[in-house]
Amino acid sequence: MASHYEAPIRRPLIIGEKSYHDISVDIARPVEGRANKQWWIVFSIALTAFLWGIGCIIYTISTGIGTWGLNKTIGWAWDITNFVWWIGIGHAGTLISAVLLIFRQKWRMGINRSAEAMTIFSVLQAGLFPIIHMGRPWLAYWVMPIPNQFGSLWVNFNSPLIWDVFAISTYLSVSIVFWWTGLLPDFAMIRDRAVKPFQKKIYSLLSFGWSGRAKDWQRFEEVSLVLAGLATPLVLSVHTIVSYDFATSIVPGWHTTIFPPYFVAGAVFSGFAMVNTLLIIMRKVCNLEDYITVQHIELMNIVIMITGSIVGVAYMTELFIAWYSGVEYEQYAFLNRATGPYAWAYWIMMTCNVFSPQFMWFKKLRTSIMFSFFISIVVNVGMWFERFVIIVTSIHRDYLPSSWTMFSPTFVDTGIFIGTIGFFFVLFLLYARTFPVIAQAEVKTILKSSGERYKKIREAGQSLVGTGSDVRISNSARDNSKNLKK
Amino acid sequence: METSKVIHAIYNDDDVLMAAVKKVKAERYHIEEIYTPFHIHGLDKAMGLAPTRIAIVSFMFGCVGLIVAVVMMNYMMISDWPQDIGGKPSFSYIENMPAFVPIMFELTVFFAAHLMVITFYLRSRMWPFKKAENPDPRTTDDHFLMEIAVHGNQSELESLLKETGAVEINIVDKEAH
Repeated sequence: MASHYEAPIRRPLIIGEKSYHDISVDIARPVEGRANKQWWIVFSIALTAFLWGIGCIIYTISTGIGTWGLNKTIGWAWDITNFVWWIGIGHAGTLISAVLLIFRQKWRMGINRSAEAMTIFSVLQAGLFPIIHMGRPWLAYWVMPIPNQFGSLWVNFNSPLIWDVFAISTYLSVSIVFWWTGLLPDFAMIRDRAVKPFQKKIYSLLSFGWSGRAKDWQRFEEVSLVLAGLATPLVLSVHTIVSYDFATSIVPGWHTTIFPPYFVAGAVFSGFAMVNTLLIIMRKVCNLEDYITVQHIELMNIVIMITGSIVGVAYMTELFIAWYSGVEYEQYAFLNRATGPYAWAYWIMMTCNVFSPQFMWFKKLRTSIMFSFFISIVVNVGMWFERFVIIVTSIHRDYLPSSWTMFSPTFVDTGIFIGTIGFFFVLFLLYARTFPVIAQAEVKTILKSSGERYKKIREAGQSLVGTGSDVRISNSARDNSKNLKK
Repeated sequence: METSKVIHAIYNDDDVLMAAVKKVKAERYHIEEIYTPFHIHGLDKAMGLAPTRIAIVSFMFGCVGLIVAVVMMNYMMISDWPQDIGGKPSFSYIENMPAFVPIMFELTVFFAAHLMVITFYLRSRMWPFKKAENPDPRTTDDHFLMEIAVHGNQSELESLLKETGAVEINIVDKEAH
C-alpha cells in the first residue's frame, strides 16, 4: 500500500514477527503481571531514600535554612543546582514527545511515553526546591497574584523568580495533560483486556471512557499536534526563564546573553542522557527489547552528541567573550573557575560534558548498550556539576574580595537531593508497573511501515493488505464475541 | 424509543478496512461509526468526516490568555501600584514591557493548551466516570468495527460487507436516539 511506503534504507523500529495483537500483549504484560523480587528491592531502596529526604525537608522547614551549608555570600547552592538539574532532565521528555512529533520521527513512538513520565516526575522534584528553599515556605502562596486583604497587594512581575512560578506550573500542567491524553487509548486497551473486576474498574476510570471512534481519533491527532506545537516553544521558554534567574543578574559569570539557548541545550543533553539510563534498564526488565531497540539508543546517543557539542561551543564562547570583554571581573570569574578552589568541579564538568559525548562519533561505541549506559550516567554527573559551577563559583568570589568565601554542603543539603532521587524512582517504578510504558496505539500505526516482518513482506514484493490479522487470536476471539453480543 | 437494527462488520486489518470504507461509500451507504484501536491515516477523509476545528479554538483560547496576561499585569504593575522596583520604569505598560513578556507567553500557552484539551474532552464526551461505548472489546486491541444502520436491506448489506473482507458480521439491536 502506498500509505505504508518506506525507503528500504531505513532499519526496522519493531523487531520480530509482531502483529497488532502481539503489541497489546507485550505492553500489557508488565501491567497485568506481578512485581518480582528485584522490583521490590529497588522500590524499597528508593522509598527509603525518599523518606530520608522527607525527614531532611521537615528538619529544614521546622528548624531553618541555617541547617544547610549556605552562608551570607552564597545564598544559592545545592537547592537551586538541584532545581535546575531536575528541570533540565525533564526537558527531554517534551523534546521526544513534541519536537520529534513535529519532525515526524517515527522512532520517538517507542520511547515517548516513558520520556514524558520522566518529565513529569522530574519536574515534580524540581518543583519542591523553590518551595523548600524559602525561609518561610508557609507563605509560598504569596507568589500568586491573588486578590487579598492587604489593600490587594500584588507580586512584582519584574522578577524571574515569579516568571519561574508561571513557567513551571504551566510546564508541569501542560505536560500532564499531554501525557494523559496520549494515555487514553492505551488505558482503554488495558481496560478491555482486564479480567480482574478491580483492575477493569480502575482502567475504566483512567481511560475516561475512550471508545476509539473515527471522530475521536481525528480530534486526538489534531489535539496531539497542537499540543506538540505549544509544548515546543514552552519547553524552550521554561529553561530560558530558569536561565534568567542567573542571566538577568549583575553577577560576573551569570550576566550572560548566551544562557537561554545554552541552558536549553544543556537540558536536552542531560535529559536525553537520563532517558537513556532509564530505558536501557527498562527494555531489559520489561522485556521490551523489540520496541526499544539498539537503533533507538543509537539515535538518542546522536542527540546527546549534538547537544553535548552545542554545550561545548557555549563553554568556548563564554571563555572567548570573557577574554574579549576586557572586564576584569568577568575575566576573573572564568580564571577562578579554571584555577580557583573549585577547579576540580570545573574540570569534572568539562570532562563529562565536553569530552564524553564526543565518543559517540564512533559507531562501535554509540551502538554499545553498556557504553551508552555508562556515558548517560557520566553526562548527568557532568550536568549537575555544570549547574553547581555556574551557581557557586560565580558568587563565592565576585565584586568585593572582603565577601569572598567558600561553600560546603551539610548532610541536610545532600539528604534532600538524595530524597528527590528516591522520590523520582518511587514514582517511576510505580509507573512502570501500572501504566502502559509504550504508547501502543502509536506503535501500531508504524507497525506496517517500520516493523521487521512487514519490511520483509514488502521487500519480497508482496502486498501488505490483510497481513494485520493474527490467526492465533482471530479464531479464538470468534467464540468469545458471541458471549459479548447484547 | 423504538429500537432499530445496526450491522457490525468486524475487520482485522487496517488496509482491508480502508478499502471496505471506500467500497461502502461508493455503494452510497451511510457509515454510522468506525471503532479502531489506533489512528488510521486518511480514515476520516474516506468516511467523509468534516475536519476538526479544535486548532482554531485553541488559537482563540491563546488570544484570550494573552489578553488576560496584559490586562492583569497592566492593572497590577502600572495602574494599581506603580512603584519603583529597582529603577524599572512603571509609567506605562510599554516601557516595562520586556519584563512582562515571559508571563505573557506562558499564559498564552497555558490557556491555549488547557482550554483546548478541556474542549476536546467535552466535545468527544470523555471524562473520568464515562462508560466506554465501543461495542466490542477487541476494537482497542487489533480489530476494526464498522457500524451501519439496517433499513430493511440486511441481506444486501451483509453480502456487500462479506465481499469487502469482514471477518465477522453481527446484527445488533440498537436504541435509536
